[in-house]
Amino acid sequence: MSEAARYHSVRLDVERCRGCTNCLKHCPTEAIRVRGGRAHIIDSLCIDCGECIRICDYHAKIAVTDPLADIQRFKYKIALPAPTLYGQFRGLRKTVYVLEALRKVGFDDVFEVARGADIVTRAIRERLRDPMLPRPVISSACPAVVRLIQVRFPELLDHVIDIRQPMEVAARVARMEFCKKHGVQPEEVGCFFITPCPAKMTAIHRPIGQQKSDLDGAISIMEIYGELLPHVEKMQSDPDFVPATGYGVAWASSNGEANAVCPESSLSVDGIPNVIRVLEEVENEKLSTLRYLEGNACIGGCVGGALTFENNYVAKAAIRQLVAAMPKEHPDKAVPASMLTKYPTRNDAPYEASAAMRLDDNLIAAMQKMNRMNQILETLPGYDCGSCGSPTCKTFAEDIVRGYCTEMDCVHLMKEKIRSMAQEMVALAQTVRE
Amino acid sequence: MEALIHASYPVASADYVSAGRASADIKKRLKQLGVGGDVLRRVAVASYEVELNLVIHSMGGHLDLDVYPDQVVLVSADIGPGIPDLSLAMREGWSTANEEARSLGFGAGMGLPNMKRNADDFNIQSEVGKGTTITMGFKLA
Repeated sequence: MSEAARYHSVRLDVERCRGCTNCLKHCPTEAIRVRGGRAHIIDSLCIDCGECIRICDYHAKIAVTDPLADIQRFKYKIALPAPTLYGQFRGLRKTVYVLEALRKVGFDDVFEVARGADIVTRAIRERLRDPMLPRPVISSACPAVVRLIQVRFPELLDHVIDIRQPMEVAARVARMEFCKKHGVQPEEVGCFFITPCPAKMTAIHRPIGQQKSDLDGAISIMEIYGELLPHVEKMQSDPDFVPATGYGVAWASSNGEANAVCPESSLSVDGIPNVIRVLEEVENEKLSTLRYLEGNACIGGCVGGALTFENNYVAKAAIRQLVAAMPKEHPDKAVPASMLTKYPTRNDAPYEASAAMRLDDNLIAAMQKMNRMNQILETLPGYDCGSCGSPTCKTFAEDIVRGYCTEMDCVHLMKEKIRSMAQEMVALAQTVRE
Repeated sequence: MEALIHASYPVASADYVSAGRASADIKKRLKQLGVGGDVLRRVAVASYEVELNLVIHSMGGHLDLDVYPDQVVLVSADIGPGIPDLSLAMREGWSTANEEARSLGFGAGMGLPNMKRNADDFNIQSEVGKGTTITMGFKLA
Protein backbone atom coordinates (compact mmCIF):
# COMPACT_ATOMS: atom_id res chain seq x y z
CA MET A 1 0.00 0.00 0.00
CA SER A 2 1.19 3.48 -0.80
CA GLU A 3 1.85 6.06 1.90
CA ALA A 4 -1.29 8.00 0.88
CA ALA A 5 -3.48 4.90 0.98
CA ARG A 6 -2.45 4.28 4.56
CA TYR A 7 -2.83 7.84 5.82
CA HIS A 8 -4.43 8.18 9.25
CA SER A 9 -4.83 11.32 11.30
CA VAL A 10 -5.02 9.26 14.49
CA ARG A 11 -1.52 8.22 15.55
CA LEU A 12 0.50 7.06 18.49
CA ASP A 13 3.01 9.16 20.42
CA VAL A 14 5.45 6.35 21.21
CA GLU A 15 7.22 8.33 23.94
CA ARG A 16 4.04 8.73 25.94
CA CYS A 17 2.59 5.24 25.49
CA ARG A 18 2.85 3.04 28.58
CA GLY A 19 1.50 -0.03 26.85
CA CYS A 20 -1.63 -0.17 29.05
CA THR A 21 -4.87 -1.72 27.84
CA ASN A 22 -7.20 1.31 27.92
CA CYS A 23 -7.27 2.07 24.21
CA LEU A 24 -7.14 -1.63 23.43
CA LYS A 25 -10.40 -2.26 25.24
CA HIS A 26 -12.19 0.83 23.93
CA CYS A 27 -11.41 0.69 20.23
CA PRO A 28 -14.79 -0.01 18.59
CA THR A 29 -13.23 -1.79 15.62
CA GLU A 30 -10.60 -3.72 17.63
CA ALA A 31 -7.88 -2.00 15.62
CA ILE A 32 -5.32 -1.66 18.43
CA ARG A 33 -2.77 -4.18 19.73
CA VAL A 34 -0.15 -3.75 22.42
CA ARG A 35 3.12 -5.37 21.40
CA GLY A 36 6.54 -4.85 22.91
CA GLY A 37 5.15 -2.55 25.61
CA ARG A 38 3.45 -0.06 23.30
CA ALA A 39 0.28 0.27 21.31
CA HIS A 40 0.07 -0.31 17.58
CA ILE A 41 -2.82 0.79 15.37
CA ILE A 42 -3.77 -1.58 12.57
CA ASP A 43 -4.14 0.66 9.49
CA SER A 44 -6.71 -1.48 7.71
CA LEU A 45 -9.07 -1.58 10.72
CA CYS A 46 -8.71 2.00 12.07
CA ILE A 47 -11.63 4.24 11.08
CA ASP A 48 -10.17 7.40 12.71
CA CYS A 49 -13.11 7.83 15.07
CA GLY A 50 -10.83 9.23 17.79
CA GLU A 51 -12.23 7.09 20.61
CA CYS A 52 -8.65 6.17 21.68
CA ILE A 53 -7.71 9.85 21.91
CA ARG A 54 -10.52 10.40 24.40
CA ILE A 55 -9.70 7.34 26.48
CA CYS A 56 -5.89 7.57 26.76
CA ASP A 57 -4.86 8.93 30.19
CA TYR A 58 -1.30 9.46 29.00
CA HIS A 59 -2.26 11.50 25.92
CA ALA A 60 -0.34 9.04 23.79
CA LYS A 61 -3.02 8.96 21.10
CA ILE A 62 -2.96 12.06 18.97
CA ALA A 63 -4.70 13.45 15.94
CA VAL A 64 -2.49 15.01 13.35
CA THR A 65 -4.02 18.18 11.91
CA ASP A 66 -2.41 21.22 10.34
CA PRO A 67 -1.02 24.02 12.51
CA LEU A 68 -2.66 27.39 11.95
CA ALA A 69 0.67 28.69 10.59
CA ASP A 70 0.25 26.29 7.69
CA ILE A 71 -2.26 28.60 6.02
CA GLN A 72 0.68 30.85 5.15
CA ARG A 73 1.60 28.39 2.37
CA PHE A 74 -1.07 30.14 0.31
CA LYS A 75 -1.40 33.67 -0.91
CA TYR A 76 -5.14 33.67 -0.14
CA LYS A 77 -6.63 31.72 2.74
CA ILE A 78 -10.23 30.63 3.17
CA ALA A 79 -11.56 29.19 6.44
CA LEU A 80 -14.35 26.61 6.25
CA PRO A 81 -15.68 26.22 9.78
CA ALA A 82 -17.68 23.12 10.68
CA PRO A 83 -21.00 24.20 12.22
CA THR A 84 -19.76 22.54 15.40
CA LEU A 85 -17.41 25.52 15.86
CA TYR A 86 -20.40 27.76 16.72
CA GLY A 87 -21.29 25.47 19.61
CA GLN A 88 -17.94 26.10 21.30
CA PHE A 89 -18.76 29.62 22.43
CA ARG A 90 -21.11 29.95 25.37
CA GLY A 91 -23.81 32.55 24.89
CA LEU A 92 -22.99 33.14 21.23
CA ARG A 93 -25.86 35.09 19.71
CA LYS A 94 -24.89 35.05 16.06
CA THR A 95 -22.77 32.74 13.93
CA VAL A 96 -21.35 35.75 12.12
CA TYR A 97 -19.24 36.71 15.15
CA VAL A 98 -17.27 33.49 14.80
CA LEU A 99 -16.82 34.09 11.09
CA GLU A 100 -15.50 37.61 11.70
CA ALA A 101 -13.13 36.24 14.35
CA LEU A 102 -11.73 33.81 11.78
CA ARG A 103 -10.88 36.77 9.56
CA LYS A 104 -9.11 38.38 12.48
CA VAL A 105 -6.76 35.42 12.94
CA GLY A 106 -5.49 35.50 9.38
CA PHE A 107 -8.09 34.26 6.91
CA ASP A 108 -9.00 36.38 3.88
CA ASP A 109 -12.40 34.84 3.50
CA VAL A 110 -14.78 32.54 5.32
CA PHE A 111 -17.29 30.07 3.91
CA GLU A 112 -19.62 28.25 6.28
CA VAL A 113 -19.63 24.46 5.96
CA ALA A 114 -23.22 24.85 7.19
CA ARG A 115 -23.88 26.42 3.77
CA GLY A 116 -22.26 23.35 2.25
CA ALA A 117 -24.71 21.32 4.35
CA ASP A 118 -27.58 23.40 2.95
CA ILE A 119 -26.49 22.62 -0.62
CA VAL A 120 -25.95 18.95 0.24
CA THR A 121 -29.40 18.82 1.90
CA ARG A 122 -31.03 19.91 -1.32
CA ALA A 123 -28.85 17.57 -3.41
CA ILE A 124 -29.72 14.58 -1.19
CA ARG A 125 -33.43 15.39 -1.29
CA GLU A 126 -33.35 15.39 -5.08
CA ARG A 127 -31.27 12.21 -5.12
CA LEU A 128 -33.75 10.45 -2.81
CA ARG A 129 -36.43 10.78 -5.50
CA ASP A 130 -34.76 7.89 -7.33
CA PRO A 131 -37.04 4.91 -6.53
CA MET A 132 -34.24 2.43 -7.26
CA LEU A 133 -32.20 3.46 -4.22
CA PRO A 134 -31.99 0.79 -1.48
CA ARG A 135 -33.68 1.41 1.84
CA PRO A 136 -32.60 2.92 4.04
CA VAL A 137 -30.20 5.23 2.24
CA ILE A 138 -27.28 5.84 4.58
CA SER A 139 -25.68 9.26 5.07
CA SER A 140 -22.12 9.78 3.84
CA ALA A 141 -21.44 12.78 6.08
CA CYS A 142 -19.51 11.03 8.87
CA PRO A 143 -16.34 9.59 7.34
CA ALA A 144 -15.75 7.33 10.35
CA VAL A 145 -19.14 5.69 9.77
CA VAL A 146 -18.47 5.27 6.05
CA ARG A 147 -15.13 3.63 6.86
CA LEU A 148 -16.85 1.43 9.43
CA ILE A 149 -19.19 0.25 6.68
CA GLN A 150 -16.25 -0.35 4.33
CA VAL A 151 -14.55 -2.54 6.94
CA ARG A 152 -17.40 -4.29 8.74
CA PHE A 153 -20.47 -3.97 6.53
CA PRO A 154 -19.12 -3.89 2.96
CA GLU A 155 -22.32 -5.36 1.54
CA LEU A 156 -24.14 -2.21 2.73
CA LEU A 157 -21.94 0.16 0.71
CA ASP A 158 -24.59 0.52 -1.98
CA HIS A 159 -26.86 2.01 0.71
CA VAL A 160 -24.43 4.88 1.30
CA ILE A 161 -25.55 7.95 -0.63
CA ASP A 162 -23.25 9.02 -3.46
CA ILE A 163 -23.35 12.69 -2.52
CA ARG A 164 -20.23 14.54 -1.32
CA GLN A 165 -19.69 15.69 2.23
CA PRO A 166 -20.70 19.27 3.11
CA MET A 167 -17.07 20.31 3.67
CA GLU A 168 -16.14 19.20 0.14
CA VAL A 169 -19.04 20.96 -1.55
CA ALA A 170 -18.37 24.07 0.55
CA ALA A 171 -14.67 24.08 -0.42
CA ARG A 172 -15.44 23.85 -4.14
CA VAL A 173 -17.96 26.69 -4.03
CA ALA A 174 -15.76 28.83 -1.77
CA ARG A 175 -12.72 28.53 -4.00
CA MET A 176 -14.56 29.17 -7.26
CA GLU A 177 -16.52 32.12 -5.90
CA PHE A 178 -13.36 33.64 -4.41
CA CYS A 179 -11.38 33.25 -7.63
CA LYS A 180 -14.18 34.78 -9.69
CA LYS A 181 -14.68 37.71 -7.33
CA HIS A 182 -10.99 38.58 -6.97
CA GLY A 183 -9.68 37.41 -10.34
CA VAL A 184 -7.08 35.04 -8.89
CA GLN A 185 -5.96 31.50 -9.79
CA PRO A 186 -7.39 28.49 -7.90
CA GLU A 187 -3.95 27.28 -6.85
CA GLU A 188 -3.25 30.59 -5.12
CA VAL A 189 -6.13 29.88 -2.73
CA GLY A 190 -5.85 27.59 0.30
CA CYS A 191 -9.09 26.09 1.67
CA PHE A 192 -8.87 24.96 5.30
CA PHE A 193 -11.53 23.03 7.15
CA ILE A 194 -11.92 23.88 10.84
CA THR A 195 -12.45 20.35 12.05
CA PRO A 196 -14.11 18.77 15.08
CA CYS A 197 -12.56 15.34 14.45
CA PRO A 198 -9.62 13.39 13.03
CA ALA A 199 -11.84 11.41 10.62
CA LYS A 200 -12.41 14.55 8.53
CA MET A 201 -8.66 15.19 8.40
CA THR A 202 -8.13 11.65 7.14
CA ALA A 203 -10.92 12.14 4.60
CA ILE A 204 -9.05 15.12 3.17
CA HIS A 205 -5.84 13.14 2.71
CA ARG A 206 -7.57 9.92 1.73
CA PRO A 207 -10.93 10.94 0.19
CA ILE A 208 -13.90 8.57 0.25
CA GLY A 209 -16.13 8.67 -2.81
CA GLN A 210 -14.00 11.37 -4.38
CA GLN A 211 -10.80 11.18 -6.39
CA LYS A 212 -9.32 14.27 -4.83
CA SER A 213 -10.35 16.46 -1.95
CA ASP A 214 -11.13 20.12 -2.62
CA LEU A 215 -9.58 21.03 0.72
CA ASP A 216 -5.93 21.84 1.33
CA GLY A 217 -5.85 20.99 5.00
CA ALA A 218 -7.63 20.98 8.32
CA ILE A 219 -7.11 22.88 11.55
CA SER A 220 -8.55 21.42 14.70
CA ILE A 221 -11.18 23.32 16.67
CA MET A 222 -9.10 22.59 19.76
CA GLU A 223 -6.15 24.47 18.27
CA ILE A 224 -7.97 27.50 16.92
CA TYR A 225 -10.47 27.94 19.77
CA GLY A 226 -8.07 29.86 22.00
CA GLU A 227 -7.12 32.22 19.16
CA LEU A 228 -10.74 32.96 18.29
CA LEU A 229 -12.14 33.38 21.78
CA PRO A 230 -10.93 36.95 22.52
CA HIS A 231 -12.17 38.16 19.12
CA VAL A 232 -15.57 36.47 19.43
CA GLU A 233 -16.08 38.04 22.85
CA LYS A 234 -15.29 41.53 21.56
CA MET A 235 -17.55 41.32 18.51
CA GLN A 236 -20.32 43.90 18.59
CA SER A 237 -21.29 44.96 15.10
CA ASP A 238 -23.46 43.00 12.70
CA PRO A 239 -21.67 42.87 9.35
CA ASP A 240 -23.88 42.54 6.31
CA PHE A 241 -23.90 38.87 5.55
CA VAL A 242 -26.17 36.05 4.35
CA PRO A 243 -25.72 33.13 6.74
CA ALA A 244 -26.40 29.46 6.25
CA THR A 245 -29.86 28.28 7.26
CA GLY A 246 -30.60 26.92 10.72
CA TYR A 247 -31.01 23.53 9.05
CA GLY A 248 -27.40 23.64 7.86
CA VAL A 249 -26.11 24.74 11.28
CA ALA A 250 -28.09 21.94 12.94
CA TRP A 251 -25.96 19.35 11.09
CA ALA A 252 -23.51 19.84 13.97
CA SER A 253 -25.70 17.71 16.21
CA SER A 254 -27.10 14.25 15.79
CA ASN A 255 -30.45 14.29 13.95
CA GLY A 256 -29.75 17.68 12.37
CA GLU A 257 -29.05 16.10 9.01
CA ALA A 258 -31.91 13.59 9.16
CA ASN A 259 -34.32 16.38 10.10
CA ALA A 260 -33.22 18.52 7.16
CA VAL A 261 -33.05 15.73 4.61
CA CYS A 262 -35.92 13.38 5.39
CA PRO A 263 -37.92 14.24 8.50
CA GLU A 264 -40.80 12.01 7.39
CA SER A 265 -38.89 8.73 7.48
CA SER A 266 -35.47 8.78 9.06
CA LEU A 267 -33.48 7.54 12.00
CA SER A 268 -30.35 9.02 13.53
CA VAL A 269 -27.91 7.13 15.67
CA ASP A 270 -24.74 8.32 17.40
CA GLY A 271 -21.79 6.55 19.01
CA ILE A 272 -19.98 3.78 17.12
CA PRO A 273 -21.33 0.82 19.16
CA ASN A 274 -24.87 2.13 18.61
CA VAL A 275 -24.20 2.68 14.92
CA ILE A 276 -22.98 -0.92 14.66
CA ARG A 277 -26.19 -2.20 16.27
CA VAL A 278 -28.35 -0.26 13.83
CA LEU A 279 -26.26 -1.38 10.84
CA GLU A 280 -26.81 -4.99 11.97
CA GLU A 281 -30.54 -4.28 11.73
CA VAL A 282 -30.12 -2.84 8.24
CA GLU A 283 -28.18 -5.98 7.34
CA ASN A 284 -31.04 -8.15 8.61
CA GLU A 285 -33.44 -6.05 6.48
CA LYS A 286 -35.30 -4.98 9.60
CA LEU A 287 -35.18 -1.29 8.64
CA SER A 288 -36.16 -1.52 5.00
CA THR A 289 -39.26 0.65 5.43
CA LEU A 290 -36.98 3.51 6.53
CA ARG A 291 -35.81 5.96 3.88
CA TYR A 292 -32.82 7.66 5.48
CA LEU A 293 -30.30 6.71 8.14
CA GLU A 294 -27.94 9.23 9.71
CA GLY A 295 -25.06 7.71 11.65
CA ASN A 296 -22.51 9.67 13.65
CA ALA A 297 -19.42 8.12 15.18
CA CYS A 298 -19.43 10.55 18.09
CA ILE A 299 -21.97 10.85 20.90
CA GLY A 300 -24.24 13.81 20.14
CA GLY A 301 -22.96 14.05 16.56
CA CYS A 302 -20.06 16.26 15.43
CA VAL A 303 -20.33 18.34 18.63
CA GLY A 304 -18.88 15.24 20.32
CA GLY A 305 -15.81 15.17 18.05
CA ALA A 306 -12.48 14.31 19.67
CA LEU A 307 -10.98 17.66 18.60
CA THR A 308 -13.64 19.90 20.11
CA PHE A 309 -13.14 22.02 23.20
CA GLU A 310 -16.61 22.34 24.72
CA ASN A 311 -18.50 19.55 26.48
CA ASN A 312 -20.63 17.88 23.82
CA TYR A 313 -23.92 18.31 25.70
CA VAL A 314 -23.24 22.00 26.33
CA ALA A 315 -22.30 22.46 22.67
CA LYS A 316 -25.44 20.66 21.55
CA ALA A 317 -27.57 23.00 23.67
CA ALA A 318 -25.70 26.01 22.26
CA ILE A 319 -26.35 24.86 18.70
CA ARG A 320 -30.02 24.31 19.47
CA GLN A 321 -30.35 27.84 20.83
CA LEU A 322 -28.58 29.36 17.86
CA VAL A 323 -30.77 27.44 15.44
CA ALA A 324 -33.93 28.47 17.28
CA ALA A 325 -33.01 32.11 16.75
CA MET A 326 -32.33 31.67 13.02
CA PRO A 327 -34.80 32.06 10.14
CA LYS A 328 -36.81 28.88 9.46
CA GLU A 329 -36.27 28.77 5.72
CA HIS A 330 -35.59 25.25 4.42
CA PRO A 331 -32.54 24.68 2.16
CA ASP A 332 -34.97 23.62 -0.60
CA LYS A 333 -35.89 27.31 -0.82
CA ALA A 334 -32.69 28.93 0.45
CA VAL A 335 -30.40 27.13 -2.00
CA PRO A 336 -31.02 28.20 -5.60
CA ALA A 337 -31.36 25.32 -8.07
CA SER A 338 -28.48 26.82 -10.06
CA MET A 339 -26.07 25.86 -7.26
CA LEU A 340 -26.67 22.19 -8.02
CA THR A 341 -25.99 22.59 -11.71
CA LYS A 342 -23.02 24.90 -11.26
CA TYR A 343 -21.12 22.84 -8.69
CA PRO A 344 -20.56 19.08 -8.46
CA THR A 345 -22.31 17.37 -5.56
CA ARG A 346 -22.18 13.75 -6.75
CA ASN A 347 -19.25 11.45 -5.97
CA ASP A 348 -16.71 10.79 -8.70
CA ALA A 349 -15.29 7.60 -7.17
CA PRO A 350 -16.94 4.44 -5.78
CA TYR A 351 -16.92 3.41 -2.11
CA GLU A 352 -14.39 0.57 -1.98
CA ALA A 353 -15.02 -2.49 0.17
CA SER A 354 -12.27 -3.40 2.58
CA ALA A 355 -11.03 -6.98 2.91
CA ALA A 356 -9.62 -6.37 6.41
CA MET A 357 -11.99 -8.83 8.11
CA ARG A 358 -11.03 -11.75 5.85
CA LEU A 359 -8.79 -14.43 7.33
CA ASP A 360 -7.56 -15.38 3.87
CA ASP A 361 -8.34 -14.57 0.24
CA ASN A 362 -8.86 -18.26 -0.43
CA LEU A 363 -12.09 -19.71 1.02
CA ILE A 364 -10.61 -23.11 1.94
CA ALA A 365 -7.55 -21.54 3.56
CA ALA A 366 -9.83 -19.12 5.45
CA MET A 367 -11.90 -22.05 6.72
CA GLN A 368 -8.77 -23.84 7.93
CA LYS A 369 -7.66 -20.72 9.75
CA MET A 370 -11.08 -20.33 11.33
CA ASN A 371 -11.01 -23.90 12.61
CA ARG A 372 -7.56 -23.40 14.08
CA MET A 373 -8.80 -20.16 15.64
CA ASN A 374 -11.65 -22.00 17.33
CA GLN A 375 -9.34 -24.75 18.59
CA ILE A 376 -7.02 -22.15 20.10
CA LEU A 377 -9.96 -20.27 21.60
CA GLU A 378 -10.98 -23.38 23.54
CA THR A 379 -7.60 -23.47 25.28
CA LEU A 380 -7.80 -19.79 26.31
CA PRO A 381 -9.21 -18.72 29.70
CA GLY A 382 -11.83 -16.33 28.29
CA TYR A 383 -10.99 -13.52 30.72
CA ASP A 384 -10.59 -10.99 27.89
CA CYS A 385 -7.99 -9.33 30.12
CA GLY A 386 -5.93 -7.84 27.32
CA SER A 387 -2.60 -8.81 28.90
CA CYS A 388 -1.55 -10.56 25.70
CA GLY A 389 -1.93 -7.28 23.85
CA SER A 390 -5.08 -8.27 21.95
CA PRO A 391 -8.43 -6.86 23.09
CA THR A 392 -10.19 -10.21 23.68
CA CYS A 393 -9.36 -13.92 23.77
CA LYS A 394 -11.21 -14.20 20.46
CA THR A 395 -9.09 -11.58 18.73
CA PHE A 396 -6.01 -13.13 20.33
CA ALA A 397 -6.85 -16.49 18.71
CA GLU A 398 -7.35 -14.64 15.43
CA ASP A 399 -4.01 -12.83 15.82
CA ILE A 400 -2.21 -16.15 16.37
CA VAL A 401 -3.76 -17.59 13.22
CA ARG A 402 -2.82 -14.46 11.30
CA GLY A 403 0.74 -14.91 12.56
CA TYR A 404 0.94 -11.75 14.69
CA CYS A 405 1.66 -13.52 18.00
CA THR A 406 2.00 -16.91 19.66
CA GLU A 407 0.10 -18.82 22.36
CA MET A 408 2.76 -18.00 24.95
CA ASP A 409 1.85 -14.30 24.75
CA CYS A 410 -1.11 -15.30 26.96
CA VAL A 411 0.08 -14.87 30.56
CA HIS A 412 -2.41 -17.47 31.77
CA LEU A 413 -1.25 -20.14 29.35
CA MET A 414 2.31 -19.15 30.22
CA LYS A 415 1.61 -19.62 33.96
CA GLU A 416 0.20 -23.06 33.25
CA LYS A 417 3.24 -23.91 31.19
CA ILE A 418 5.62 -22.74 33.93
CA ARG A 419 3.69 -24.72 36.52
CA SER A 420 3.82 -27.92 34.51
CA MET A 421 7.50 -27.39 33.70
CA ALA A 422 8.24 -26.80 37.39
CA GLN A 423 6.45 -30.03 38.25
CA GLU A 424 8.51 -31.85 35.65
CA MET A 425 11.69 -30.40 37.15
CA VAL A 426 10.69 -31.52 40.63
CA ALA A 427 9.92 -34.98 39.34
CA LEU A 428 13.21 -35.04 37.50
CA ALA A 429 15.11 -33.87 40.59
CA GLN A 430 13.57 -36.68 42.60
CA THR A 431 14.61 -39.34 40.10
CA VAL A 432 18.15 -37.94 40.11
CA ARG A 433 18.33 -38.09 43.93
CA GLU A 434 17.23 -41.70 44.01
CA MET B 1 -18.86 -33.96 1.68
CA GLU B 2 -18.00 -32.93 5.21
CA ALA B 3 -18.51 -29.37 6.36
CA LEU B 4 -15.25 -27.53 6.92
CA ILE B 5 -16.82 -25.13 9.38
CA HIS B 6 -19.38 -26.20 11.91
CA ALA B 7 -20.93 -24.12 14.67
CA SER B 8 -23.94 -24.79 16.85
CA TYR B 9 -25.88 -22.16 18.77
CA PRO B 10 -28.40 -23.08 21.45
CA VAL B 11 -31.45 -20.80 21.34
CA ALA B 12 -33.77 -20.60 24.35
CA SER B 13 -37.50 -20.02 24.14
CA ALA B 14 -38.62 -16.43 24.85
CA ASP B 15 -35.02 -15.26 25.40
CA TYR B 16 -35.46 -11.86 23.80
CA VAL B 17 -32.32 -10.51 25.47
CA SER B 18 -29.99 -12.80 23.52
CA ALA B 19 -32.10 -12.89 20.37
CA GLY B 20 -29.99 -12.06 17.34
CA ARG B 21 -26.64 -13.09 18.79
CA ALA B 22 -26.42 -16.36 16.89
CA SER B 23 -27.19 -14.72 13.55
CA ALA B 24 -24.74 -11.88 14.33
CA ASP B 25 -21.99 -14.44 14.96
CA ILE B 26 -22.89 -16.33 11.80
CA LYS B 27 -22.58 -13.11 9.79
CA LYS B 28 -19.23 -12.31 11.38
CA ARG B 29 -17.85 -15.76 10.60
CA LEU B 30 -18.95 -15.57 6.99
CA LYS B 31 -17.33 -12.16 6.60
CA GLN B 32 -14.10 -13.56 8.03
CA LEU B 33 -14.30 -16.35 5.47
CA GLY B 34 -14.67 -13.79 2.71
CA VAL B 35 -18.32 -14.66 1.96
CA GLY B 36 -19.92 -11.37 1.00
CA GLY B 37 -22.35 -9.63 -1.30
CA ASP B 38 -25.66 -11.21 -2.15
CA VAL B 39 -25.05 -14.52 -0.31
CA LEU B 40 -24.14 -12.76 2.92
CA ARG B 41 -27.22 -10.56 2.65
CA ARG B 42 -29.51 -13.53 2.19
CA VAL B 43 -27.91 -15.58 4.98
CA ALA B 44 -28.16 -12.52 7.25
CA VAL B 45 -31.90 -12.17 6.69
CA ALA B 46 -32.69 -15.90 6.86
CA SER B 47 -30.53 -16.64 9.91
CA TYR B 48 -32.05 -13.75 11.83
CA GLU B 49 -35.60 -14.81 10.94
CA VAL B 50 -34.99 -18.43 11.86
CA GLU B 51 -33.29 -17.50 15.14
CA LEU B 52 -36.19 -15.21 16.06
CA ASN B 53 -38.63 -17.98 15.18
CA LEU B 54 -36.89 -20.24 17.68
CA VAL B 55 -37.16 -17.54 20.34
CA ILE B 56 -40.78 -16.59 19.62
CA HIS B 57 -42.47 -19.84 18.64
CA SER B 58 -40.41 -22.80 19.82
CA MET B 59 -39.90 -24.42 23.17
CA GLY B 60 -36.18 -24.08 22.56
CA GLY B 61 -33.75 -25.56 20.10
CA HIS B 62 -30.54 -24.84 18.29
CA LEU B 63 -29.31 -23.23 15.13
CA ASP B 64 -26.44 -24.88 13.28
CA LEU B 65 -24.13 -23.38 10.71
CA ASP B 66 -22.24 -25.57 8.28
CA VAL B 67 -19.97 -24.14 5.64
CA TYR B 68 -18.94 -26.32 2.70
CA PRO B 69 -16.63 -25.24 -0.10
CA ASP B 70 -19.68 -24.76 -2.33
CA GLN B 71 -22.48 -23.80 0.04
CA VAL B 72 -23.61 -22.46 3.40
CA VAL B 73 -26.19 -24.54 5.25
CA LEU B 74 -28.33 -23.39 8.16
CA VAL B 75 -30.29 -25.94 10.17
CA SER B 76 -32.74 -24.94 12.87
CA ALA B 77 -34.13 -27.74 15.02
CA ASP B 78 -36.45 -27.33 17.98
CA ILE B 79 -38.14 -29.58 20.53
CA GLY B 80 -41.66 -28.41 19.87
CA PRO B 81 -44.46 -27.57 19.75
CA GLY B 82 -44.54 -28.34 16.01
CA ILE B 83 -46.66 -26.70 13.31
CA PRO B 84 -50.13 -28.23 12.72
CA ASP B 85 -50.69 -26.79 9.23
CA LEU B 86 -47.49 -26.13 7.29
CA SER B 87 -49.10 -24.66 4.18
CA LEU B 88 -50.92 -22.13 6.35
CA ALA B 89 -47.72 -21.29 8.23
CA MET B 90 -45.90 -20.63 4.97
CA ARG B 91 -48.45 -17.97 3.97
CA GLU B 92 -47.38 -14.35 4.19
CA GLY B 93 -48.99 -12.52 7.08
CA TRP B 94 -49.97 -15.66 8.96
CA SER B 95 -48.68 -15.58 12.51
CA THR B 96 -49.36 -17.25 15.83
CA ALA B 97 -47.02 -14.93 17.75
CA ASN B 98 -48.20 -14.13 21.28
CA GLU B 99 -48.79 -10.70 22.79
CA GLU B 100 -45.27 -10.45 24.23
CA ALA B 101 -43.70 -11.03 20.83
CA ARG B 102 -46.09 -8.66 19.08
CA SER B 103 -45.47 -5.94 21.62
CA LEU B 104 -41.77 -6.19 20.70
CA GLY B 105 -42.59 -5.66 17.05
CA PHE B 106 -42.39 -9.29 15.95
CA GLY B 107 -45.03 -11.58 14.55
CA ALA B 108 -45.73 -9.92 11.21
CA GLY B 109 -46.05 -13.35 9.68
CA MET B 110 -43.17 -12.85 7.26
CA GLY B 111 -40.63 -15.15 8.92
CA LEU B 112 -41.05 -18.41 7.02
CA PRO B 113 -41.85 -16.82 3.63
CA ASN B 114 -38.81 -14.58 4.07
CA MET B 115 -36.55 -17.56 4.78
CA LYS B 116 -37.87 -19.41 1.77
CA ARG B 117 -37.38 -16.38 -0.46
CA ASN B 118 -33.79 -15.85 0.63
CA ALA B 119 -32.53 -19.45 0.62
CA ASP B 120 -31.55 -21.34 -2.55
CA ASP B 121 -32.85 -24.56 -0.98
CA PHE B 122 -35.52 -24.59 1.68
CA ASN B 123 -36.90 -27.58 3.51
CA ILE B 124 -39.23 -27.67 6.49
CA GLN B 125 -40.32 -30.75 8.45
CA SER B 126 -42.67 -30.48 11.38
CA GLU B 127 -44.58 -32.80 13.66
CA VAL B 128 -46.92 -31.62 16.38
CA GLY B 129 -45.60 -32.66 19.76
CA LYS B 130 -42.14 -33.40 18.38
CA GLY B 131 -40.73 -30.26 16.80
CA THR B 132 -39.74 -28.47 13.63
CA THR B 133 -36.58 -28.73 11.55
CA ILE B 134 -35.77 -26.15 8.90
CA THR B 135 -32.87 -26.66 6.52
CA MET B 136 -31.69 -23.87 4.26
CA GLY B 137 -28.93 -23.99 1.67
CA PHE B 138 -27.15 -21.02 0.13
CA LYS B 139 -24.93 -21.64 -2.88
CA LEU B 140 -21.49 -20.08 -2.92
CA ALA B 141 -20.73 -18.80 -6.39
